[in-house]
Amino acid sequence: MSEAYSPADQHDGIDPDMADATETPASISEGTGVVPMNMIQALNSALAVKMTEDPNVLSFGEDTGFFGGVFRVTDQLQQKHGLTRSFDAPINESGIVGAAIGMAAYGLRPVVEIQFADYIYPAYDQIVSEAAKMRYRSGGQFSTPIVVRSPYGGGIFGGQTHSQSPESLFTHIAGLKVVVPSNPYDAKGLLTAAIEDDDPVIFFEPKRLYNGPFDGWHQKPISPWKSQPEAQVPTEKYVVPIGEAKIVREGSDVTILAWGTMVWVSLAAAEHAGVDAEVIDLRTLVPLDIATIEASVKKTGRCVIVHEAPKTSGYGAELSALVQERCFYHLEAPIGRVCGWDTPYPHAFEWEYFPGPERVATALKAVMTGGAR
Amino acid sequence: MTRNTQPLSLRVPEPSGRPGDAPDFSGLKLDVAGAVDRPPVDSRPVQMTDLAFRLVRVLDDEGNAVGPWNPRLDPDTARRGLKAMILTRAFDDRMHRAHRQGKTSFYMKCTGEEAIAVAQGMILSREDMGFPTYRQQGLLISRGYPLATMMNQIYSNAADPIKGRQLPIMYSARDFGFFTISGNLGTQLPQAVGWAMASAYKGDDKIAITWIGDGSTAESDFHSALTFASVYRAPVIINVVNNQWAISSFQGIAGGNETTFASKAIGYGLPSLRVDGNDFLAVWAATQWAEERARTNQGATLIEMFTYRGAPHSTSDDPSKYRPADEHDQWPLGDPIQRLRQHLTLIGEWDDEQHEAALKEAVEQVRAAGKESEAIGTLGQSRPSVKEMFEEVYATEDWRITEQRGEVGI
Repeated sequence: MSEAYSPADQHDGIDPDMADATETPASISEGTGVVPMNMIQALNSALAVKMTEDPNVLSFGEDTGFFGGVFRVTDQLQQKHGLTRSFDAPINESGIVGAAIGMAAYGLRPVVEIQFADYIYPAYDQIVSEAAKMRYRSGGQFSTPIVVRSPYGGGIFGGQTHSQSPESLFTHIAGLKVVVPSNPYDAKGLLTAAIEDDDPVIFFEPKRLYNGPFDGWHQKPISPWKSQPEAQVPTEKYVVPIGEAKIVREGSDVTILAWGTMVWVSLAAAEHAGVDAEVIDLRTLVPLDIATIEASVKKTGRCVIVHEAPKTSGYGAELSALVQERCFYHLEAPIGRVCGWDTPYPHAFEWEYFPGPERVATALKAVMTGGAR
Repeated sequence: MTRNTQPLSLRVPEPSGRPGDAPDFSGLKLDVAGAVDRPPVDSRPVQMTDLAFRLVRVLDDEGNAVGPWNPRLDPDTARRGLKAMILTRAFDDRMHRAHRQGKTSFYMKCTGEEAIAVAQGMILSREDMGFPTYRQQGLLISRGYPLATMMNQIYSNAADPIKGRQLPIMYSARDFGFFTISGNLGTQLPQAVGWAMASAYKGDDKIAITWIGDGSTAESDFHSALTFASVYRAPVIINVVNNQWAISSFQGIAGGNETTFASKAIGYGLPSLRVDGNDFLAVWAATQWAEERARTNQGATLIEMFTYRGAPHSTSDDPSKYRPADEHDQWPLGDPIQRLRQHLTLIGEWDDEQHEAALKEAVEQVRAAGKESEAIGTLGQSRPSVKEMFEEVYATEDWRITEQRGEVGI
């Protein structure tokens, strides 16, 4: 199914921080303290810490063993924890998730990697019909505490099969949790929480953020993670609870709801538009932190939702409905949505497709003047 | 300009008989009992590929147990197996009638296939895990799972162990080594392999066993499972129950006319056996062989259980619409209950009186369970609390569930 797509190809000429990451092993040496990590290193640290702590945690997926994954998230785990703790799997996504379900039913806590979220569809039945339903359909006799990790999203010139954002497909399924971090600190804490969670968790990693924050200004130089406060990551275990959103920028004019790379795009857009926007990083799509959203929109009276996936039936539609249901009498403008277009992800038109700060700024100005369009 | 001078034609396979035709089993190649060698358990798969095309049989036409696969089963165990098969059939009959009486929405019989789940359920331990389809009720019955509890689920009544959430017959019984059944076909195979991998990873001594129908071998998950089982040498027994029919599609539609289902294991480097699934002793012997391989860390075995689905696919199916009416009666491998009865009678360990008594006892046991279950209620007369609808979706319910529960007023 999948074809290895090397990080160097994806970031060629785009991300100056990439050079650091390819020269530096993903794994951070043991010890205590707080060190700067990129998102790859933070995720690797979460896995390493949990695998050290709990012999029931293991990791597998395509290329994730000896090589440590095409993005190096599982780098050195096999060397540190042994061949049976972190190993390569056949190119068979349904088999990977199906085997993980069986392992979880036995009592393990497998963390599997689907190399790109675009390849998750062959595993879709195992995730939605099996993992999601196991506790319910067995009357509580079996549960499926698996984590399905997968790099997702665009901005890396990955074309149709290395750029998609399929999160809404999983938010629709009862029994699943869906988590999307936007920075190294949250990535480690949320992945740790996901591994400890007793429900199946779909953990989407915004691959455009692996090596540094990306604010959508693709023509401008990008700073690496190490210059950001969110990159200060404890080497020891900590948890960022699933189900808690974070207000990453306080504001009074409009609430922006975003996750993954779009958090950074939204922050840049607020500056660009000169609008005092409150930016909420949802961090967890299911279960959703509705209280934080509701309080913010009631305060600002306006809401813009930003996501990378196509607009139609994207998670923004659900968020828009929820805000409308709960905050209608506080709204001073129609809710705005800035999303990917309803087309397949086009290779040559990446920057026209990828929601950038200019498009978000246009939406912010529109809701400020009372009409979404 | 293409090079073909003749037009191509599309082939769609058809079974040997349709309604109105006489059953025709002349195309089957059936080894006589005792004809197939029993290789050592540590044989390499490549040394035994012929077994994927033969048919392991122990009971001959007279009821003698013959040949190298004869498990030399002690009479007490064989009698227990016979009684469990009789009980399974009696259970099926009553539940099928219960459907016709409107007491449940759905039922699926395993008529003709009883030997498979019963023998395998008796051989493996409850600590091993079975990943069944919906036609392995014999596994629960052979292990003494309460019949009334099975019925409670079939009736979705207040005592339904699955709390009204599952289709009837989709049992789940962890303590009996019975994994929760899915209606999405074949999904249980990679799960069984994963469970077996976990046991091996932990250095445990438990193995997994799983079943799939002939039709579902066309599912991707069958091939996923064989790949994983082979690559990681998972201690799992994979049964393909070839009962000839996937609802109305004969086994040729899944590829069974091109090669045997057992032979599909060869390309994965797995040992495979093709076994007379209506021969309790052959099923027993083959399962023990595969079990020993798994328990000695030699990995997985695929067993094609060659049998015939005598009953409709389900209560929603009418097989007279797609196959000769008396095809089951003409099945050349007979009936598993009659064949084991014949064997035990021949060796002086069973007689007609005992058989009649066993039938009567089975019917009474089922009737008693029926009364117990129906006293709680049949479909629509009784059901679990509606709050069960909202529970166990997640380990801890979130605000959506809480709010929606409130909308229902609970």
